[in-house]
Amino acid sequence: MSAASIAQPSRAALFWRSFAENRGAVAGLVVMGILIVLAVLADVLALHSPIEQFRTHFLSPPVWEEGGSWAFPLGTDDVGRDILSRLIHGARLSLVIGFSVVTLSLTVGTVLGLTAAFAGGVVDVAIMRIMDIILVFPSLLLAIVIVAIMGPGMFNAMLAVAIVTLPGYTRLSRASAMSELARDYVTATRAAGASTRRLMFDTVLPNCLAPLIVQASLGFSAAILDAAALGFLGLGAQAPTPEWGTMLAGALQYYQRAWWVLAFPGFAILFTVLAFNLFGDGLRDALDPKLKR
Amino acid sequence: MIRRHFTRSVLVAGALAMVSPLAANAKTFVYCSEGSPENFNPMLNTTGTTFDANRPIYQQLVGFKYGSTEVVPNLAEKWEISADGTVFTFHLRHNVKWQSNKQFKPTRGFDADDVIFSFERQWKDSNPYHKVSGGGYDYFADMDMPKLLKSIEKLDAYTVRFTLNQPNAPFLADMAMDFATIQSKEYADALMKAGKPEQLDQEPIGTGPFELVQYVKDATIRYRAFPGYWGPKPKVDALVFAITKDPAIRLAKLRANECQMAIEPNPADLPTIRADKNLHLMSQPGLNIGYLAMNVTKKPFDDVRVRQAVSMAIDKAAILKAVYQGAGQPAKNLIPPTMWSYNDKIKDYPYDPAAAKKLLAEAGLAGGFDTDLWAMPVTRPYNPDAKRVGELMQADLAKVGIRAKIVSYEWGDYRKRVRAGDHQMAQLGWTGDNGDPDNFFVPLASCSAQGGSPHWCNKEYDDLITKAAKITDQAARAKLYEQAQVVMHREAPFFFIAHSVVFLPMRANVTGYKMSPFGGHRFDFVDLK
Amino acid sequence: MLRFLLRRFALIIPTFVGVTLLSFVLIHLVPGDPIEARMGEHSIAPERLAELRHQFGYDQPLWRQFLRYEGEVFRGDLGQSVVTRETVWHEFVTLFPATLELSVCAMTFAILIGVPMGVAAAVRRGTATDYSLMGTAVTGASMPIFWWGLMMILVFSVSLGWTPVSGRISDTFYVEPWSGFMLIDCHFSDDAGACRSAVSHLILPTIVLGTIPLATIARITRSSMLDVLHEDYIRTAQAKGLAAIRVVVVHALRNALIPVVTVLGLQVGALMGGAILTETIFSWPGVGHWLIDSIQRRDYPVLQGGTLLIAVLVIGVNLGVDVLYGVLNPRIRR
Repeated sequence: MSAASIAQPSRAALFWRSFAENRGAVAGLVVMGILIVLAVLADVLALHSPIEQFRTHFLSPPVWEEGGSWAFPLGTDDVGRDILSRLIHGARLSLVIGFSVVTLSLTVGTVLGLTAAFAGGVVDVAIMRIMDIILVFPSLLLAIVIVAIMGPGMFNAMLAVAIVTLPGYTRLSRASAMSELARDYVTATRAAGASTRRLMFDTVLPNCLAPLIVQASLGFSAAILDAAALGFLGLGAQAPTPEWGTMLAGALQYYQRAWWVLAFPGFAILFTVLAFNLFGDGLRDALDPKLKR
Repeated sequence: MIRRHFTRSVLVAGALAMVSPLAANAKTFVYCSEGSPENFNPMLNTTGTTFDANRPIYQQLVGFKYGSTEVVPNLAEKWEISADGTVFTFHLRHNVKWQSNKQFKPTRGFDADDVIFSFERQWKDSNPYHKVSGGGYDYFADMDMPKLLKSIEKLDAYTVRFTLNQPNAPFLADMAMDFATIQSKEYADALMKAGKPEQLDQEPIGTGPFELVQYVKDATIRYRAFPGYWGPKPKVDALVFAITKDPAIRLAKLRANECQMAIEPNPADLPTIRADKNLHLMSQPGLNIGYLAMNVTKKPFDDVRVRQAVSMAIDKAAILKAVYQGAGQPAKNLIPPTMWSYNDKIKDYPYDPAAAKKLLAEAGLAGGFDTDLWAMPVTRPYNPDAKRVGELMQADLAKVGIRAKIVSYEWGDYRKRVRAGDHQMAQLGWTGDNGDPDNFFVPLASCSAQGGSPHWCNKEYDDLITKAAKITDQAARAKLYEQAQVVMHREAPFFFIAHSVVFLPMRANVTGYKMSPFGGHRFDFVDLK
Repeated sequence: MLRFLLRRFALIIPTFVGVTLLSFVLIHLVPGDPIEARMGEHSIAPERLAELRHQFGYDQPLWRQFLRYEGEVFRGDLGQSVVTRETVWHEFVTLFPATLELSVCAMTFAILIGVPMGVAAAVRRGTATDYSLMGTAVTGASMPIFWWGLMMILVFSVSLGWTPVSGRISDTFYVEPWSGFMLIDCHFSDDAGACRSAVSHLILPTIVLGTIPLATIARITRSSMLDVLHEDYIRTAQAKGLAAIRVVVVHALRNALIPVVTVLGLQVGALMGGAILTETIFSWPGVGHWLIDSIQRRDYPVLQGGTLLIAVLVIGVNLGVDVLYGVLNPRIRR
């Protein structure tokens, strides 16, 4: 233990140096930081309430277009809501969605994976078969069916996305746990009489964390993307919630007349997902020097 | 598998069908439709999409005059109605030819056997075709035919007699509706013998102006003029339905002249269409009503003051502007203004949040209340975007202290729940079938109405409409209906939103087209300049 | 090798049964009623509703419906659509070629662009070329494709008018669906322009659907290429003075493609998911479009049968990839 605590600062510094080398990852981190600030300070930063309807400003264009005004820098939607304010509040939702989905599927997936690895036999086969079966369905299709069952809504959409991303975490944690289980230190701890639960969470889990963290950071972007797709199909967050995918769904019929209603929420999704992907890539490279070139 | 595949594309008259519709001088009319037909038998369906796709092929005993609600001869040349109004004798047209396809060549023309077959299929369990394609003759049942019909007899090869259990004035008009389509008995028998009866409803044979050449699901339906048609030859040689679900894309296709007419434009695109001089925009008031129903069996909507307050709290003009965008007229009555007995003397509740607040205070709800506000998950002709309408209402209601939560369910589920009365406030609407006010007043608001979304049962109103249905004098009926509208206005079980206007954009060179008051489409007289 | 194959096949049966069970259970949990859904605003008498529900077997207990369904599936009967009254199998067979054609084009596009991108990035590792190529790839992987499709239509179809808006071919062309693949069938049309029209309709959907596999392929190719470039035999080849380009192409790429093949197989599921969105946006008459419709219409038999067929397809492709991988890489045969 003491050896580890001495090594830690230098390990962290090493990690940061290696992470900072990757300029894309740093850019991703910066964008993430901005998003977090926007999300936290949304109430202060947004010019208007995201659901306030300005009845005299239906579909007013962005400020640089003819007819635009500084009151609505990115224009308004078809019922006169300020798009910029909705995007800012939407950042909060996207982060909440990403965080909740990842936390849920990471936790459940890890527990299932570790259980499968430790229990072996029938339990292992059963868990992994179920994961295989989930994987056989195209994830979007499965998510759509799950939302159809539970009814459209942001919470249900998050749950659906969490379920379809579960197999990834389960498989990954099982695989890493299996390889750790074969190691000497585990055998030693077990011989010392540690309980299975302690062995699972205190001994093996910390050593499988690196791949799981990477998967989780990439899962964050996948969750945002999938939830937005559900929103786009009208199955995710319901209006007037300013979720980006839902904003796109509502904008469809205006796409020849008011491009801004369609363009901005899409860019918001793209940049957010991109930031998380870049960050995740950087994290993977930094955590797993084997993969680093 | 490949064989199965070919059956989908109906090869009419073999090689003839292979001739491209673009061959020299052939005139093709492309219509951008909104969806795939469910199948090729109108008896089995209830959607306008399916009726439109079948109308070029099939015909009924009587028809509606092109662009009107007047009943005119069709497959029946003339008819007699007995003095007591229970016996209808139809004299069928001679020399009407059936179409043909790859597997069937008719040996005889249309006659009484076909009429009897087509009705017995829907009516009688004993008919071998009753259960084919899953059965389910919804419109036939909805028009009360099983109760109404006593007998259908063939008097000779070209005379058929329908006897009813009771007099029924709209019966003749019902016979012009799409469910009363006539199919070929000879074709049906041949298919039954071949062991594939369900093909009757997938590879249609009719007597109409066009015959089916090819149907590719979700892509195109292709027809060509039927050379043996008994009526006036269609002006175009080929008719194509380009199935395009997205209205914005339908418009893009129309502008690119990929189609010459497109159904249901986005209200948002109307200004663009009007500005385009290559396009022509037809419009017609729709035979419909979109409304917000308040469930009077639930608190606080049992109090008429609350219902009136809601009626004054919502800014109707804003909804018309933002959602209907000119494709609707504000509604103050249940029936559209084009219908006889419309009471124009009624003055709509004004948009007046202050007055609404006062009424709520009188009702003991000065602090407002919580409610749900249901929005249909689908676009309907009378309400292009219920969720958007809901959002606008929600914002308005909040200003008088009513906290509404927007709720939606799958469409089938939605109606089931509304019927069960799960809602407090629900948006819904209605499209008329036959132009009679009874078709609005009874199903939507009578005590007996199953689909009546406010669950409103008012003795005064109910007596008026029941009395009106029993008499035949239109002026007297109109008086009663006008009174009924006064009662309804006072009691305010509905907040009426709008009667939508139906728009139909087309290329400027399209001629000879008339819009149907019922909203269907017919292409036998359409032409291109 | 034979034992490996048998083992893989044996594993399929429980998966298949599980898949039918899961699809059945999920779909029967979906609220709503196909009979109600098609009635529109018209009311339906309760006794008639009961009669129709009985006719379709919806009044039976769920487990009995499942046993009946399982029996039918194993006899190859997927039932009949509640809406069109056509058999599910027939509908699938008529629509699947459209999806397959689009998927094959998208995959081809992704490989043709993605592999060279990956190779170029690996060879020029650390340069601006590498960064910009990989930047493009990660952007592609981050793309919300439903939005991407709409933007493409907005720019190329609506504003510039270069490509058609939607569909598989212009409606003025009459094409007999001999094979179901528009690019083949168009040659039998009497109209000379049919094939040009078919190709122009394919361009945007191909790019949109191909974007995500393209990004994945480019990234995998790059990293697996880097692995291979470090191997001794490549260094030896370089040392021998063979032209660098030949080394890359002939020796390195051949070995680098093994992981790429695996990834391709794993992309099939994702591709089907993408097809649902792409087909919805481009009104492409394929299986994805059909499934979304069936959800909206609560057409249980179609949803159930369609999901099952797609799952079977994914199982089949995964098996194929496993076998191919086993052949390419004997070490994993255990």
